[in-house]
Amino acid sequence: MSLDPAYLEYPRRRQGYDHDLYAWSALHQRPPLKWPHGSVAVWVCVSLEWFPIIPSDTPFRAPGHMQTAYPDFRHYTARDYGNRVGVGRMLDALGAAGAPASFATNAAVAERYPELLGAVQAGGHEVIAHSTDMNGTIDASLPVEAERTLITEARDRLAACGVQPDGWLSIARSQSFNTPDLLVEAGYRYACDWVNDELPYRFRNGLINMPLNHELSDRQIIAVQQQSADSWAQSQEDAFDWLAAEAAASGGARMLPIHVTPYIMGLPYRIAAFERLLARLAARPECWFACAGRIVDAFVGQEIK
Amino acid sequence: MIEGAGDPGLYDWPSQHAQLTWPGGKSVAVWVAPNLEYYEIDPPAHPRRKAWGRPHPDVVGFSHRDHSNRVSHWRMADVMTKHGFPGSVSLSVALCQHHPEVVQDAAARGWEFFSHGIYNTRYAYDMAEEQERAIIEDSIRTVRASTGQSIRGWLAPALTHTPRTLDLIAEYGLDYTCDLYHDDKLVPVKTKTGDLVSIPYSLEVNDHYGFFVYNMSGRDYAETLIRQYERLAAEPGSVMCIPLHAYLIGQPHRIGPFEQALKHIAADGRAWIATAGEIVDAWKAGRTLP
Repeated sequence: MSLDPAYLEYPRRRQGYDHDLYAWSALHQRPPLKWPHGSVAVWVCVSLEWFPIIPSDTPFRAPGHMQTAYPDFRHYTARDYGNRVGVGRMLDALGAAGAPASFATNAAVAERYPELLGAVQAGGHEVIAHSTDMNGTIDASLPVEAERTLITEARDRLAACGVQPDGWLSIARSQSFNTPDLLVEAGYRYACDWVNDELPYRFRNGLINMPLNHELSDRQIIAVQQQSADSWAQSQEDAFDWLAAEAAASGGARMLPIHVTPYIMGLPYRIAAFERLLARLAARPECWFACAGRIVDAFVGQEIK
Repeated sequence: MIEGAGDPGLYDWPSQHAQLTWPGGKSVAVWVAPNLEYYEIDPPAHPRRKAWGRPHPDVVGFSHRDHSNRVSHWRMADVMTKHGFPGSVSLSVALCQHHPEVVQDAAARGWEFFSHGIYNTRYAYDMAEEQERAIIEDSIRTVRASTGQSIRGWLAPALTHTPRTLDLIAEYGLDYTCDLYHDDKLVPVKTKTGDLVSIPYSLEVNDHYGFFVYNMSGRDYAETLIRQYERLAAEPGSVMCIPLHAYLIGQPHRIGPFEQALKHIAADGRAWIATAGEIVDAWKAGRTLP
């Protein structure tokens, strides 16, 4: 029994990463950032998702997609509930807290539900691009030309609805090695897929990464780990408390990303936990509710060139 | 081990050592084992185990673990230092090359290092003897060059072994293995040569199990650690290990409750808070040789 000798060779064992996408940097050793208000930017990001009832497994089936034999009325409608009902509760909650948010929007949602897009814009929120629809997944098995077409198609279809986002969120935060370059080529300023940091940072190709903590999402805590909405909200507050203390101790700024999904958090028995959380955060002097674009602006304004 | 036998013959039953009180008359030795790891973004394929669940790059998988080396190592380490807990580091030794800043920070805190393989994306299954010797020798050489320390223990990379792993690490003079989960006390391991002991590590209160097997909240996990501690503190001679991964325990929603658990243990008075090497030394000094 023996392994191929190449398995014990390490050609990229060197200082820094084994890839060239971005440079290493330790958060706690960077010069402190400042926000326009407060010390903890609370970035609420709402995913607006439309799942075609005919799912695609190429390159992979998105989390939350159809599960039964065709026609899966159960999951098609339960997901669409988020777009019809759940998101309205979230818009009301955000409005009551005075919290501008980012809405990561499938192009198909913008096309299909113009009233919803209008309500998002009227609420002072920001739209970021979130692929075409929930069949528009990306990973390394997608040929580069197909990926380029997907990214530009999502951009162009949103533009036809009157929105020109400068940020992008991949479905399931899944990229190929080509994605960062294709996003820059398509004119995006930032993407929200890499969860390795807690502040914005720049890739070598110029793209800014906005880390959107997946562990704190309602999908992870409620749908995957099957905890209650109250437990989810408690985790958010515990995170806020810790980040506020770190910001105070370091004289710098921190960011709390709250990634939520209307068909999960917008349900009648869960929405109150979201409302209470926003109200409690709004009462904290350290809290700056901001959409991704404003946080990126603040970061860029203080970047050391 | 006895290769091919149903019972691999790793140890005797029951625990053969006398009950022991830890230094200072403490009833339970507590050690914290942060895993300081490097996962490769695009490792070569192993015939028996995929490194990532998705085609490379597995952005969430890789970047979640990268959080340790950019953010959460310092958060976790500061909390440990504040409450008097040294780390006994399960080290992907290639971290000495990739992010020496992390390794140096741990060394500066007086932490102890043992090997967790070269990378947590290179698995030992099916290695030939000379290949497994190569990763052991690489580990010894790399940690010595980076920190001046001689590694004394082994936690197999991603918990992947061969039938000869324990014999080999004993032959190289290592004192302890973290790969066996049969006891809450130190137990001698039967090897061809050497003097190898199994020190309790833990799967069950490993933060990975807490958050990804049992799906606990940060508060639930902290409560679990306190319950584990309270029971073991009542059973003299026990060892409690808290195995950690900064990218898990160092998330902002978990570190606060975790700090409360450390405060509880530090304030209790029954705990001897030590490194793995110190615990092995105290056990060897106190044992009755057959």
